[in-house]
Amino acid sequence: MSIYINKDTKVITQGITGKTGQFHTEKCQEYANGKNCFVAGVNPKKAGESIFNIPIFGSVKEAAKQTGATVSVIYVPPAGAADAIWEAVEADLDLAICITEGIPVRDMLVVRNKMKAKEAAGGKKTLLLGPNCPGLITPEEIKIGIMPGHIHRKGRIGVVSRSGTLTYEAVAQLTEIGLGQSSAVGIGGDPINGLKHIDVMKAFNDDPDTDAVIMIGEIGGPDEAEAAIWCKANMKKPIVGFIAGVTAPAGKRMGHAGALISGGADTADAKLAIMEECGFTVTRNPSEMAKLLKALL
Amino acid sequence: MKIHEYQGKELLKKFGVTVPRGIPCFSVDEAVKAAETLGGKVWVVKAQIHAGGRGKGGGVKVAKSLDEVRTYAGQILGMQLKTHQTGPEGQKVNRLLVEEGADIKKEYYVAALTDRATQKVAIMASSEGGMDIEEVAHATPEKIIKVFVDPAAGLTDAQATELANGIGVPAGSLAQAVDTLKKLYTCYMETDASLAEINPLILEGNGNIKAIDAKFNFDANALYRHPEIVAYRDLDEEDADEIEASKFDLAYISLDGNIGCLVNGAGLAMATMDTIKLFGAEPANFLDVGGGATTEKVTEAFKIMLKNTKVKGILVNIFGGIMKCDTIANGVVTAARETHLAVPLVVRMKGTNEDLGKKILAESGLPIITADSMAEAATKIVATVK
Repeated sequence: MSIYINKDTKVITQGITGKTGQFHTEKCQEYANGKNCFVAGVNPKKAGESIFNIPIFGSVKEAAKQTGATVSVIYVPPAGAADAIWEAVEADLDLAICITEGIPVRDMLVVRNKMKAKEAAGGKKTLLLGPNCPGLITPEEIKIGIMPGHIHRKGRIGVVSRSGTLTYEAVAQLTEIGLGQSSAVGIGGDPINGLKHIDVMKAFNDDPDTDAVIMIGEIGGPDEAEAAIWCKANMKKPIVGFIAGVTAPAGKRMGHAGALISGGADTADAKLAIMEECGFTVTRNPSEMAKLLKALL
Repeated sequence: MKIHEYQGKELLKKFGVTVPRGIPCFSVDEAVKAAETLGGKVWVVKAQIHAGGRGKGGGVKVAKSLDEVRTYAGQILGMQLKTHQTGPEGQKVNRLLVEEGADIKKEYYVAALTDRATQKVAIMASSEGGMDIEEVAHATPEKIIKVFVDPAAGLTDAQATELANGIGVPAGSLAQAVDTLKKLYTCYMETDASLAEINPLILEGNGNIKAIDAKFNFDANALYRHPEIVAYRDLDEEDADEIEASKFDLAYISLDGNIGCLVNGAGLAMATMDTIKLFGAEPANFLDVGGGATTEKVTEAFKIMLKNTKVKGILVNIFGGIMKCDTIANGVVTAARETHLAVPLVVRMKGTNEDLGKKILAESGLPIITADSMAEAATKIVATVK
C-alpha cells in the first residue's frame, strides 16, 4: 500500500492554467493511473472550460462537490498561494499539497494558525504538505507533484525529506539496488509548513506495506530532532538518517528559507547525534543511504 | 535582508517606539554638524555596519565635546571594523550614526521572531540587556522569557505585561514598556520582518523606556510588497558575488575552501558540500542553480565560481528531474569553453537523459572527469586538488 495517496485518489489542481501548473499536470496525468486521478482544475475566471480534458471549476468547493476529489495540489504563484491553501481547507479536503516556492512567511503563519483554530473548533482537519516541496508519490499508482516519475519503483521503503533533489537521490539509489518505494514524501524547505518529519514517520509506521524508512533532514529548526525522539519510543521499523549541511556556516541561509542555523541545537552535527541516540542508522555519506538501508532489512 | 541600525530606528519610530534623536552621516564634517544640530553635551558616535558586536570592536564611542565627535568620527569612518560576526577581514565602515546621549539606568533585551516549533511569533525579553543574548541563553536561560503570539489575536496586554513584569520593569514605567512591546510586535508583522531585536531597550533615569539599538532582518519572500524596505538595502554590506549571482536567480554563498560546487537543489547542494568535506577537502561555495537551469545560467554560475581565485577544482552534481541532463551537459561544455576553464572539472549526472548528457561531455573533447555517485565525484575532485 502507501501513505496518504493511492491509485484511487481523486485530485484537484489549483493553478492548473498557469505555466507551471500546466507543465506538471500533463506529467502527472501521464504517470501510472494519473489520467483517472486528476479530475478537476480551479480557476474562477475559466470555470466551465477544460484543459487536458480536465474540467475547470470556479472554486475548490465546487470542484470537490462535482468530482468527489479529496486532495488538491497547488501551483498558484506566491502572492496568492496561502489563500489557495485556505480555500482547500475551507472545502474540507483531506490533503492539500502546496508546491509553490517563495510564499511570505507571515502568510504561512496566518494560514497555519487559521487551520489550527478551525480544527480546535471541531472543524474537519485538512493535512497540508509543503509549501516549497516536490510533492508526494506512490510509485506505479499516482504522482502528485514535480518529481521525475521514472526513477521510482513500487516497493516497501518509505522516503521522507525536506529537499526535492535529495529525495530523488535517495529514491534513485534505492531503485538502483532493487529496492522499491511505498511512498516518497517531500515536506519542503520552508520554516512554516504543514506535515513534518514526525507526521510522515507516524504514517510510515502505521503503513503495513512499508518495511523501512530513509529520513533526510537539513540544518535549521527542531523538526528532525522531534521526529527522532518520537521514533525512539514508537517506531517499529528500521530507519536510515542523513542531515545535509555539516559544512554550512551559521547565519547564512542555504537556499531553502528554512535551512538557516539559528540556535546551535539545529546544526547538522547536533541533529545527527540525536538521531543516532534514538536508534537511527545515520550516515555522513549521502551516497550510501540505500546501501545502509539494505543492510538493515 | 538586513538593514542598518539607523534605518531600524526609523522604522521603530514610525511605529511609535521611542528612540534617541540621531542623524546618519557619511563624513566627519557631517558628523560634527549632526552633533551641533542635536545639541546637548554628550553624543554617541556609532559605526553603521550590518554585523553585530560593534561596540567591542571599537565601532561605538561616547563623545563629550564636538572635538571628540570629530576625532571619533575620523577614527571610525573608513575603518575595517572587526567583530565576531564580520569574519577576520572585518567590514569597512561607510556610514555613522550620531545620536544624543542617554541616561541609562537599566538595560533590557527584547526581540520578535518567528518560532518554527509552535508556528507562532515569539516575543522574547530578558533583564540582561546589552549583552550577547546567545551567551545569556547559554549561561542563564531562566533570564530569558518568551510568549507566543497567534497572529489572529496579536500580542495581548496580558502577554506584554507578563514580559515587562518578568524582566523587572518598575511599576511606574510598566505601561510604557507594555506599549513598546506591542508596537515592536506590530512593526515586526507589518514589515514582514524575520527578526526585530532591540538590545538594549533602556530605562532612563526619568523612567522613560527607549530603544538604544535596533537590529532587523526581513523575509526575502515578502520584499516584493515592501518597496520602502528594499530602499534600505545597502549593497556595500553584501558579498559582490552573491549580488551578481542573485541577478541570474542563482543562490550563491562563498565559503573558505578550494572546490567550487554547482548543484541543482539546496538540499543536494549542501549534501555535495558535505561529501567534499567527508573526503578530505573543503567547498569553496554553495551554489544552487535551481530547477530551470539554462546554458546561460550555468555559464554565469561558472564565471561566478571562477572569480574566486582559491578555486582549484569544480564539482558539478546534477540530479536531472524536470531539468534534463543533456541540457546541463550542453551548458557545462559551453561554460567550460567560454571561461577557458583551467581547473579540473568533475561532473556527476543522474536522472533524466543521463546517458545523453554523458555522451555530450565525452564528445566535447574537454578534459571533463565523470563520476556515477556523489562519493566517487568527491573522491576524484579531491584527488586532483591535493
